[in-house]
Amino acid sequence: MDPECSRLLPALCAVLADPSQAVADDTCLEKLLDWFKTVTEAGSSLLLLQENPCLVDLLSHVLDLKPQDVSPRVLSFSLCLAGTFAAQEDCFEYLQQGQLLLGLFGEAGPLSWAAWSVPTVRSGWIRGLRSLAQHPSGLHFLGNSGAVDALFSLQGDSSLFVASAASQLLVHVLALSMQAAPQVTQALNVLTTTFGRCHSPWTEVLWGQLSPLVAHLLESDPIPAAHSLVDLLLSVARSPVFASADCGLWETMARMLSCLSPTQAGSLALGILKLQHCPQALRSQAFRVLLQPLVCILRATTQAPGPPGLLDETSAGSSMMVDTLLSSKSACVGLLCQTLAHLEELQPLPQRPSPWPQTLLVEAAVIILQLCDGSAVPSSSEGGRLCGALAGCSRVQRAALDFLGTLSQGISSRELMPQVFAVLLETLESPASSPMVLKKAFQATLRWLLDLPSPSSCLDLGPHAPLFLRELFPVLQKRLCSPCWEVRDSALEFLTHLTACWGGEADFREALLASEVPKLTWQLLRDPESYVRASAVTAMGQLSSQGLEAVSESPGHPEVQQGLIGELLHILSMDSEGFPRRAVVRVFTEWLRDSHADVARDTEWFVATVLQMVSQDLDWEVRAQGLELVRVFLVQTLGQPNPHCPYAVTLPKVTPPGPLPEVLRTLCQLQIIDFAFRALFDCDRPVAQKACDLLLFLREKTAPCSGLQEPGNSSDVTSVEATLHRWQAGEQSQPLGNLEPEELLAALRSLDLEGFQGRLAESSDHVEKSPQSLLQDMLATVAVLEENVADCY
Amino acid sequence: MKLYCLSGHPTLPCNILKFKSTTIMLDCGLDMTSTLNFLPLPLVQSPRLCNLPGWSLKDGNAFLDKELKECSGHVFVDSVPEFCLPETELIDLSTVDVILISNYHCMMALPYITEHTGFTGTVYATEPTVQIGRLLMEELVNFIERVPKAQSASLWKNKDIQRLLPSPLKDAVEVSTWRRCYTMQEVNSALSKIQLVGYSQKIELFGAVQVTPLSSGYALGSSNWIIQSHYEKVSYVSGSSLLTTHPQPMDQASLKNSDVLVLTGLTQIPTANPDGMVGEFCSNLALTVRNGGNVLVPCYPSGVIYDLLECLYQYIDSAGLSSVPFYFISPVANSSLEFSQIFAEWLCHNKQSKVYLPEPPFPHAELIQTNKLKHYPSIHGDFSNDFRQPCVVFTGHPSLRFGDVVHFMELWGKSSLNTVIFTEPDFSYLEALAPYQPLAMKCIYCPIDTRLNFIQVSKLLKEVQPLHVVCPEQYTQPPPAQSHRMDLMVDCQPPPMAYRRAEVLALPFKRRYEKIEIMPELADSLVPMEIKPGISLATVSAVLHTKDNKHVLQPPPRPAQPTSSKKRKRVSEDVPDCKVLKPLLSGSIPVEQFVQTLEKHGFSDIKVEDTAKGHIVLLQEAETLIQIEEDSTHIICDNDEMLRVRLRDLVLKFLQKF
Repeated sequence: MDPECSRLLPALCAVLADPSQAVADDTCLEKLLDWFKTVTEAGSSLLLLQENPCLVDLLSHVLDLKPQDVSPRVLSFSLCLAGTFAAQEDCFEYLQQGQLLLGLFGEAGPLSWAAWSVPTVRSGWIRGLRSLAQHPSGLHFLGNSGAVDALFSLQGDSSLFVASAASQLLVHVLALSMQAAPQVTQALNVLTTTFGRCHSPWTEVLWGQLSPLVAHLLESDPIPAAHSLVDLLLSVARSPVFASADCGLWETMARMLSCLSPTQAGSLALGILKLQHCPQALRSQAFRVLLQPLVCILRATTQAPGPPGLLDETSAGSSMMVDTLLSSKSACVGLLCQTLAHLEELQPLPQRPSPWPQTLLVEAAVIILQLCDGSAVPSSSEGGRLCGALAGCSRVQRAALDFLGTLSQGISSRELMPQVFAVLLETLESPASSPMVLKKAFQATLRWLLDLPSPSSCLDLGPHAPLFLRELFPVLQKRLCSPCWEVRDSALEFLTHLTACWGGEADFREALLASEVPKLTWQLLRDPESYVRASAVTAMGQLSSQGLEAVSESPGHPEVQQGLIGELLHILSMDSEGFPRRAVVRVFTEWLRDSHADVARDTEWFVATVLQMVSQDLDWEVRAQGLELVRVFLVQTLGQPNPHCPYAVTLPKVTPPGPLPEVLRTLCQLQIIDFAFRALFDCDRPVAQKACDLLLFLREKTAPCSGLQEPGNSSDVTSVEATLHRWQAGEQSQPLGNLEPEELLAALRSLDLEGFQGRLAESSDHVEKSPQSLLQDMLATVAVLEENVADCY
Repeated sequence: MKLYCLSGHPTLPCNILKFKSTTIMLDCGLDMTSTLNFLPLPLVQSPRLCNLPGWSLKDGNAFLDKELKECSGHVFVDSVPEFCLPETELIDLSTVDVILISNYHCMMALPYITEHTGFTGTVYATEPTVQIGRLLMEELVNFIERVPKAQSASLWKNKDIQRLLPSPLKDAVEVSTWRRCYTMQEVNSALSKIQLVGYSQKIELFGAVQVTPLSSGYALGSSNWIIQSHYEKVSYVSGSSLLTTHPQPMDQASLKNSDVLVLTGLTQIPTANPDGMVGEFCSNLALTVRNGGNVLVPCYPSGVIYDLLECLYQYIDSAGLSSVPFYFISPVANSSLEFSQIFAEWLCHNKQSKVYLPEPPFPHAELIQTNKLKHYPSIHGDFSNDFRQPCVVFTGHPSLRFGDVVHFMELWGKSSLNTVIFTEPDFSYLEALAPYQPLAMKCIYCPIDTRLNFIQVSKLLKEVQPLHVVCPEQYTQPPPAQSHRMDLMVDCQPPPMAYRRAEVLALPFKRRYEKIEIMPELADSLVPMEIKPGISLATVSAVLHTKDNKHVLQPPPRPAQPTSSKKRKRVSEDVPDCKVLKPLLSGSIPVEQFVQTLEKHGFSDIKVEDTAKGHIVLLQEAETLIQIEEDSTHIICDNDEMLRVRLRDLVLKFLQKF
């Protein structure tokens, strides 16, 4: 630099730094910047700064000023100047040492100042960054300083200049990133977010500039950062900006589909098929890509060529697919699992391709399962190798079973039903099936069974079911005896669901009763694993509801004589784990609701016995479920709750079995009232809430019935209230005693149940969120700190 | 190096390795599948078996009806069961120096070899192998001897007659060599020839080779063997397992860098996963017992039964089977259960550490203590008093041809409530059941074979990287029933060499080096000379002394001195004559300098001719010719010894002596 300039520079900097001396004309500042640019282009910026420390002083001075004192012009100038210097990497490092750049461009800098509202400042900020982003360190800085996020928001800036500059900077960043392979991913991710979040028209311009770069990426082999590229393309395609415009996007996607490796192409294909608007040709291509692995499997394993259309169309590129499938066990497993998951995701969507090749998919799923369990007999050497790769692979088995399960709803899969059932049975039967595979197999079987075309006549399950059931129950029997509790559990769940749906079908009842399944289920009530006991309780409950419990006269099982209800009560009172007890109350509630014969025999005794046990239970879910049982009972005795909607159809009122006082007296005698009031003060909120709802219901049902005398003597209510207060305070030892109906009504009315309900409805953390709590916390922290200090010395 | 293959059964191998000067037999397995062709030996008179119709030829000729009986379309030999021995004609078995046993299942033919072939060598095996092997043999002898059978059928073995028989009798191989079971006396005599070894113990065989047993992880005391000389290493892998069951884990590292790896004893059910099978076993057992049926488990008295009992120990309470009695019936049941508890050092780490607590390593001790498991030598005696149904019975023999199992098959076969569960993989369960047809009893096949499967083998081979693999031919192609399963075969590079019964394989590997020791005083006398940088040479003159396959270089005797002492004279007779040593020469002769030297020494008229191999220097005046080639120098002169010596000395000046 000119020595004279060097001499003048400190004074100028001092002027610029002085907020009291305004710079009249910003064109001078622009000129000054141009001059610095030429100087730095000619020589080392680092040297320049070292020789003229006043420049760095100026920059740091701007930061030291009070934000309101900074002139926007000078600030903008300083930002541009700093960027100009930092364009050279060594100078960048130099400025970074003093955290100067972070101060200027970081989140704590001008970005957060009032001056930011001035467009010049924003523009200067962008220009500074634009100059700075010339080298990898600069790029990192952009990423780390949070500047990129700010840039995104600036793209929608009110100032057109600023918005445009922001976009240009983003493009610049991308272009720079593309030169360095590892950063391509990062750049693509940034862009993906951009297109995902921002749907302004300018994104179209951005894409216009980007697409050649993307095309360039597609030429490399292998394609760098393929996953991110797929995400970017899909993000662009999903943006409404591109819905109508043809900007080469579809061509790029088509090209990409054909040159990506099969594993990578799958996710792109799925993304394309999920798009709302997309050319039909591209959709077809994407679907072919997605189906290809399955088509290859079918080709390699079956003599029959299958449905002609799809197989022929997908032949192109299939050699690459076969290579991938056969290259290694892990590649084969990975590709298949991915494909199956993609198709499973697509299956229920309305925009799935049509016609949907249900038959082919079912066939493929069946073949894959056969390859996994080793029962497939392939026709080609490729098939043999597939067999080797997939045999015993439970990951693929699980994926295929999930997929097969979702395929149950198709109409065209009828003719394949025998094959499907055969492979499902084989999987359920095979000793090699892992517990997880068995669970999935049970789920898939259930879906197929429940989706069986059951025509109008309820007694006919179609031609396949009886045959299948005959073979299914021995397998189920074996699985109920499995040494692995997960298997016993899944088998019981399966049985429960199946019985719930088919319990009325003659075929099913016949097959079930002919098997040992009900007896084994009964025995599992005593299983050492609590989950299994719980599932067995549910299953037995279901069987019993349908009249399918074991009619066993075996002398070896004395518990049978006692009846299922006795056995379940035994579990409710004795089981050490919560799950079985919860299951019991749930079953009892169902039984009460369905007027199960054993319950209907003496409902009051039943409810009283259950409540006696439930009220003592330590598990809140058991207590909550107990309240549900009470609610069902009350509804049955007092009728449905009154509809709150004035236009609702009013059901004919259930007339209470006797006069209301009698009913209320019974409720008290059965300890229902005692239970409900106690539950109102339960330490577990859901229980209290449920109790509150229940009492409200009771109050509502008893209110109109004013046949009762208003309590004349209020002292009775006082004693009740006193007891309740004690309960609320945690002293629950004292019983409520037998209340007269009048007392009960008075107590109900005197309690602020609505208030209770409101308090209980507040979330459990409402206390923690209050400002009071915040203050307390802060004080507590201070106290702890003081304590620590005291500890130290 | 040759391998003589005496058995065609891949899991019951019997091979002979000729290595250096030794003849080593690797295992002597006994193929007992031959017994499937015979009628069962019932412990209690069985009217059903007695009344089976005799078999007659299609034309009605019934001359075989005493020997052959028909049952449900199958034909059985009504005779004392016989076993198929290893090949005895391929090689003179009296020349076998040692027999290496890898596990107790692979020694069942031992008495036939040691007692009837003139064998005079030693047998090496670990202690558990010998003890449990003895139990298996004892049980076998007991099973057969306690049901004496007068008849020994031989007519059907006639080749011309055998051709007329239905399958599988028609296709049975080597029937003429089938033999009846040995006696206890022969067993004792055979076992007395065994020397006990421990894992990693090095055993010298005649100084020629060293053999070492390594843990193979398959059964108590089961081993693989390493047979090595100083420069060659052969690994013998037989019956190994990588699963965590009761035995010590497999030692894989020591198998590395083998020149040849002989691979036998892989799993017989490569598609079955032992874990799944154990689950299957438990489920079916519980299902049967809960329905009031009995469970019969035909099994050997040792091995998988320990693991099954351990699984049941954990399972019976959870399955509500605590009140169901478990019976283990075998003449050696007691010894087997007790032996298993005392071989702590041969067990896996978990079980070993239990011994220090102290606790019995196997939980079957607790089952016995709590009376859940009871054992009896046979169905006679105490058992008949204690017997309660429904129950679970473990008993032999898995072939269902002899042993207490025959009785239970007859007893329980008629009820569909009962179940027979096959866990031993050695016999086809369908063939085993053939003489009991028609059968109402349920049959469950859950073979538990913990030996290596093909995936594990391919990992193992990648890990240990042998130069060559030798294996039974069955392992080089997929099983016939699953010909498409290319993964169910040994896959390695170079491809494995396959052997079959009665074949001799020349192993593809040449021995190139032999180790020779130098006595210290001889080594002291050596004066190495550096020939090239880093390479020094010394000449050694010594006497090579070879004894017991060890080679030693000893200092040569001093030149013989005439002496009157008789003793010395005798020594000098033994030692070869020792000539005075001449120095060795090395180096090359630069022709130009040589010519100059000749000229200096007064030779003139010298001509040099180049030849294909070097140069010829012509001294025309002296009519002499010096032929200088890379590896020789000749001086050709006409009977002028003086001249030759002069020229020779000139040549020698250019060479180094040492």
